[in-house]
Amino acid sequence: MKARIAAAPYLLWAALFIVVPMGLVGYYALTDMNGGFTLDNFVQGMRFAPVIGSSVWLAIIATALCLAIAYPLAYLISRKSANTQRTLVLLVMLPMWMNFLLRTYAWMTLLENNGVINRLLGMIGLGPYEMINTQGAVVLGMVYNYLPFMILPLYSVMTKIEPSLIEAATDLGCSPGETLRQVVLPLSLPGIATGITMVFVPSVSTFVISVMLGGGSFMLIGDLIEMQFLGNAYNPNLGAALSLVLMVILLVCMALTDMFHNPEEKEGLLL
Amino acid sequence: MDRTILRRMAAFLCLAALLAANGFACFAGDSFDLDRDNLPYTGDWDAYTYDEEYYGQLRGQGASINFYNWGEYISDGSDDLIDVISEFEDLTDIKVYYTNFATNEELYAKLKSGAASYDVIIPSDYMIARMIKEDMLLPLDYDNIPNAKYMNEGFMDPNYDPGSVYSLPYAWNTVAIIYNTSMVEEEPDSWGILWDETYAGQILMFNNSRDAFGVALKYLGYSLNTEDPDQLREAAELLKEQKPLVQAYVMDQMFDKMENNEAAIATYYAGDALLIDNDDIDIVIPKEGTNKFVDAICIPASAKNKLGAEMFINFLNEPVVNAQNIEYIGYGTANLAAYCLLDEELRDDPVLYPSQEILDNSEMFVNLSDEANLLLDQLWTEVKASNKNVMIWGILPCATIAAIVIGKTWYRRRTAKRHRYMMED
Repeated sequence: MKARIAAAPYLLWAALFIVVPMGLVGYYALTDMNGGFTLDNFVQGMRFAPVIGSSVWLAIIATALCLAIAYPLAYLISRKSANTQRTLVLLVMLPMWMNFLLRTYAWMTLLENNGVINRLLGMIGLGPYEMINTQGAVVLGMVYNYLPFMILPLYSVMTKIEPSLIEAATDLGCSPGETLRQVVLPLSLPGIATGITMVFVPSVSTFVISVMLGGGSFMLIGDLIEMQFLGNAYNPNLGAALSLVLMVILLVCMALTDMFHNPEEKEGLLL
Repeated sequence: MDRTILRRMAAFLCLAALLAANGFACFAGDSFDLDRDNLPYTGDWDAYTYDEEYYGQLRGQGASINFYNWGEYISDGSDDLIDVISEFEDLTDIKVYYTNFATNEELYAKLKSGAASYDVIIPSDYMIARMIKEDMLLPLDYDNIPNAKYMNEGFMDPNYDPGSVYSLPYAWNTVAIIYNTSMVEEEPDSWGILWDETYAGQILMFNNSRDAFGVALKYLGYSLNTEDPDQLREAAELLKEQKPLVQAYVMDQMFDKMENNEAAIATYYAGDALLIDNDDIDIVIPKEGTNKFVDAICIPASAKNKLGAEMFINFLNEPVVNAQNIEYIGYGTANLAAYCLLDEELRDDPVLYPSQEILDNSEMFVNLSDEANLLLDQLWTEVKASNKNVMIWGILPCATIAAIVIGKTWYRRRTAKRHRYMMED
């Protein structure tokens, strides 16, 4: 009973700021401009399928790259002494102290045709390379901005792996590769799942990165939704429908990563 | 009247008086959309003061107005120009709460949602038409806006607001081609240069559907306001054709990119482009004509202090205030008396006050029907999503993921089996 009273403010909060807005999104998605019920918004939304497809595709690539970069890094950090760990984690966090837009803007200056990188390359007689306004630049922006969200959960899971477990595996004749596959990887799966969710979700819904680094040539679902609200055809109904589609995509993604969490299995491993 | 204001105005007015004495030399050029037979205001500038009685109406009542405007779109006291808002506050004792929006659509969405109430807003032409249609504006009471008499007749009774019932022009401008003379050989005179393959990868294009389609439609010789699906589709095809040549679709980022010689050619609003800090930059208005746009002052239906709002509108059209304000903004003014007060250099600027011929070819946006707007946005999305290259390099990371997932399933099965054995043992 006491617990229920203590939970009341949070329930109220959740109701006001999560359930009500979700309800509004649902309401707008299922009505037309005059408030009548319609599924037309979803039919119209389907015409933008290529945009949705390419958003998901770019987000998958960015997430995979993040995982590939973050996994070894998180493992290395977690094997250092406590002091070094603190410093390294701080370094990972450091860019996040700066505003997201500023960081992305900085990449613009770096990648431009007359930007810092091309000018440096020019000094040693290379380039100029076309870097900005490409899909690669968009992915780079996603990876750079969301990498800490992958490193941190991986790191926090990996610090909990006892060195003695790895030693035991080696003692019992595991090669380093086998140790990784049979001990470290299974134990870090929850971290991988969290990391994937935390990178994939913002990547698939981003819209500033594609405008700034993609030169506006690669429309993502985030841009599309923004266009419905702030674009020429003010169409919140279609925007809400697209948001719902985005939510479903994210739900599916989270359900998929949830497969990694299997409490029974983990118990079995730790036995 | 506040003495300091008087003194500050005096110097300015002396100059104005000189100009006025010169028999309106300011109308010597033929580059302004004017009815020259009907000579404007011929008052005595020296004796010009604010109407104390009129502006004092709401004094001491704690009155306030909410003013919603574009960013950096009113003189704020920098560059020795007038600080319009604080001057108005001193004069009338009305507190002005000033906030900014970035696009007409943002303004519209904010008003439509009813989330906030404003007394004075400055939307653009087509948005005004839309707001009038949706009953979102209040008619202006011209008895409270005596300075409306200074307006250039050519700007009254516009197609977006027949009879100027709801709006009074604030500033006007055109869409132009901005180019870098060190990168572009000949002076462009047509929108066609935006489709010239010589400049592939050097072109910056508008990143909003209406302006981008406006350029394509004008190049095709159609009206900016066409609702004909075939013409719109033709324009979309043209934009798709242009896409490989376009370096980026931008709005504000244009400034940085043109300043740093990142691109050779861009499309933007002429008055803004004058601010680019690069000596090689030149601006030209194409012969096919362009989009002439007017931002006008309106009072939304949710206004709480209509009289205060009208006093503010009147104050913005005090010739001295208007002239300094327009100098800050860098657009053209529709206030004739203020135009006379401007520096000759500004008055004769072919970019700010283009020739009659160009203006005749130019059009203002009107509000399109919902269907046309939907089609426009959809075609624009098609343009933006077109000719996407399949990223071959993306296959590797994807394969990695697939491998992880497959390996994972296999692993899970094995451990589950092992676990069972362990339990059995």
